[in-house]
Amino acid sequence: MNTVSTQAPDSTRGSVRGTGAGRPVLEIKNLSVDYGYGEDRVHALRNVSLTLREGEVLGLAGESGCGKSTLVYGATRLLPPPGLISSGEVLYYPEDGGEPVDILRQPEDALRASRWQDTAIVFQGAMNSLNPVHRIGRQITDAIAAHRPETTKAERQDRARELLDMVGIDPGRISSFPHQLSGGMRQRVMIAMALALEPRVLIMDEPTTALDVVMQRQIIEQIVDLRQNLGFSVIFITHDVSLLIEIADRIAIMYAGDIVEQGPASRMYRQPRHPYTRGLLNSFPPLRGPRREMTGIPGSPPDLVNLPTGCPYHPRCPYAMPICSEKIPTLIEPTAGGSEPGRLVACWLEEDAEATVPPELAVRA
Amino acid sequence: MKFLVRRIIFYVITAWAAITLNFVIPRLMPGNPVQSLINKFQGQLSTSATHSLYVLFGLDKKQSLWDQYWTYWGELLHGNLGISFAYFPTPVSEVIGQALPWTIALVGLSTIISVVLGTLLGTFIGWRRGTWMDGVLPVTTFFSSVPYFWLGLIFIAVFAVLLPVFPAGGGYDGALIPAFNTEFIGSVLQHAALPAITIVLSSVAGWILSQRNMMVTVTSEDYVTVAQAKGLKERTVMFDYAARNAILPQVSGFALSLGFVVSGTLVMELVFSYPGIGYSLFQAINAHDYPLMQGIFLVITISVLIANIIADMVYVFLDPRTRQEG
Repeated sequence: MNTVSTQAPDSTRGSVRGTGAGRPVLEIKNLSVDYGYGEDRVHALRNVSLTLREGEVLGLAGESGCGKSTLVYGATRLLPPPGLISSGEVLYYPEDGGEPVDILRQPEDALRASRWQDTAIVFQGAMNSLNPVHRIGRQITDAIAAHRPETTKAERQDRARELLDMVGIDPGRISSFPHQLSGGMRQRVMIAMALALEPRVLIMDEPTTALDVVMQRQIIEQIVDLRQNLGFSVIFITHDVSLLIEIADRIAIMYAGDIVEQGPASRMYRQPRHPYTRGLLNSFPPLRGPRREMTGIPGSPPDLVNLPTGCPYHPRCPYAMPICSEKIPTLIEPTAGGSEPGRLVACWLEEDAEATVPPELAVRA
Repeated sequence: MKFLVRRIIFYVITAWAAITLNFVIPRLMPGNPVQSLINKFQGQLSTSATHSLYVLFGLDKKQSLWDQYWTYWGELLHGNLGISFAYFPTPVSEVIGQALPWTIALVGLSTIISVVLGTLLGTFIGWRRGTWMDGVLPVTTFFSSVPYFWLGLIFIAVFAVLLPVFPAGGGYDGALIPAFNTEFIGSVLQHAALPAITIVLSSVAGWILSQRNMMVTVTSEDYVTVAQAKGLKERTVMFDYAARNAILPQVSGFALSLGFVVSGTLVMELVFSYPGIGYSLFQAINAHDYPLMQGIFLVITISVLIANIIADMVYVFLDPRTRQEG
C-alpha cells in the first residue's frame, strides 16, 4: 500500500476520501441493460445504482463478463447493438449547480454536445481506439473543433501539442499516424485526447490491460498526477483489484450484472464485508504486509442467461443460507456485522435478522 | 518515395513480360498470317499476290526470332501494331484507336457511376443497419444475378421496341456526321443510356454489398465508438471514421474492375451493337484477325496495368499504413 496513493497526503486528494461527502457528478440509478431481444435476451445489468462524486476516483472491479464495461457504455449511451437499456436513469450534475440532466433521455444533439465535454472515455483497446488513417493530431483537434468551433486551427494545434506534452509524448509526434506509435504511446495519446476539453468525468475502461507491467505503472502514475492537477473525477474499471486499492478512493465490486459491495478503498481492502469481495481479494497475493493464504473462488462466474435464483453468488458462496437461493438481497448499509460510513453491501448475512455474520466479514477494530 | 520507385520497377517488369508474351504466343501457333489470309480469300489469290503478301508481312526475309523480337519492339514503340485482316488494309492501331474511346467513355463512366453509387448506398445501408434501407439489397442483388445479356435484351425489348424511348443499338445515329456539336453529342448520350443503365444496374449490387459489409465491420471498431464518444457530428463519424476505413477494400476492387473496362464488356457491346473494343475483338476472333487480336490484347494488358498503378497510388494516398517510410 506504500505506493502512489499513500504517498500523496490526504488533503491534496480532496476531502472525499472515504467519507462520501462530495457533491455528486454522475448518478446512475437503477440502470438495467439487456443484450438481445425477446425470450433469450441476456440481462447484463440488473438495476445498478452508483454515484460518482466530484474529484474522486471510483474503482469498478469484478470478474470478466460481470458487466463493468456494459455499465459505463450504458451510462454514456454508447452501447453497441444489440445492447439495449431497458430501464433506469443517469443523472449528470452540471458544474454550475443547475438541475441534473438525465443522459438517457437527452435529445441526440444535446447529447453530442455534452459528450467529451462532460464525460470523456479512455477505452479498453489501446490498439484500436485510434483511427488508423488519420494523423493523431487531427484526431485530437477534431474533438476540439466539434465542441469549440470558435477556436482557430492554430490554437487547436497548439492545444494538441500541449496535451501530448502533458502525457509525456514528444509534441513533434503530432503528425504521426497511429501505426507509428507503440501501444503505450497510443494509450497516452488516448488519454491526451480524453483530456482535450478538460472533462469533469473521465471514464477509464481497463486502460492498461493490453500493456506490459512497466508501461502500466507509468500510465497509472500519469493518470494519478493529471487528476491531482486537473481535478476531474475518474471511474476506473479493471479486474485488477490490487491496482484499484492503490489508486481509488472508493471501490464498487460487481458480480453478475449487479453491484454487491461498495465502500472506501482502504476499508474494502482491509475489511471486505461481502463474501464475494473477500473471495476476490483472497485471489490476489498482497505485495506487502503479512502473508495470507490465497484461496481463489471455487466454481465459475454464472451464465447471465441462466442466473441462479436468489443471490447470484450463492452457488459459490461458503456462507450460503437457505434464503440466499430464494430472494435477491438488496444493496444496503450493513448493520448486523457492525455499521460503517459509506459502506454498502448486498448480502443476506446483513439483511436477514436471524443470520449470524461470520467474524471474518464483521467489522474489526 | 522508395515504395513508389519499387512499384514502378515492378510494373515495368510486368509490362515487359506481358508485351513479350504477346510477341511469343502468336509465333507458337501453327500457320502464319499469309496462310490465314489465303484461307480467307479461299484460294482466289494468285501466286504473285501471295508473294507480295509475304513481302508485305515481312515474312520473306526469314528473320531469326531474336531479330523479329527487336523489330517488334521497334514497331511497337513507333505505335505500329500491324495491319488488320478483317479491315484490310487498315492498320490495327487505327481500328483500336476508333473503338477504344467508345468503350472507355461508356464503360469507364458507367463503372465509375456504379462504384460511386454503390459505395454511397452501401455506406448508408451499413450505417443504418436494420432500417428500411436494408430492403434495397435484395432488389439490386436480383438485377446482378440476372445474366447480363438477358437483362440487356429485356431492356432493348422494353425501352427500345415496346416503348421506343431509346435506340436499340449503335454508338450514334448513322445519319449524323461525327462532330463536336450538340446534335451529335445528344445522339451519343441517347445511344449510351441503355447500355450504361444496364451496366450500372448489373454491377452496383456488388459494390453495395461489399461496402455495406465493410461498414458493418468497421462500425464495431473501437475508433468509431471513440468518435461517437467524442461527440463528433454523426456525418463526421460516418464518413471520416467509418466509411473512410471501409472504403479501402473498395479501392482494390475498383482497380480490378477498371482493368475489365476494356476487356469485360464484350457481351454488352454485342447486345447493343456498340462500336467499342469488345465488339472489335469479337469480329477479330470471327475473322481470325491475328494482328487485331494481338493489338487488342496488348491494349487490354496495358490498361489493366495502368489501372493497377492508379489503384496503388490511390491506396497509398488513402491508407498511411501502406506507406513505408525509409
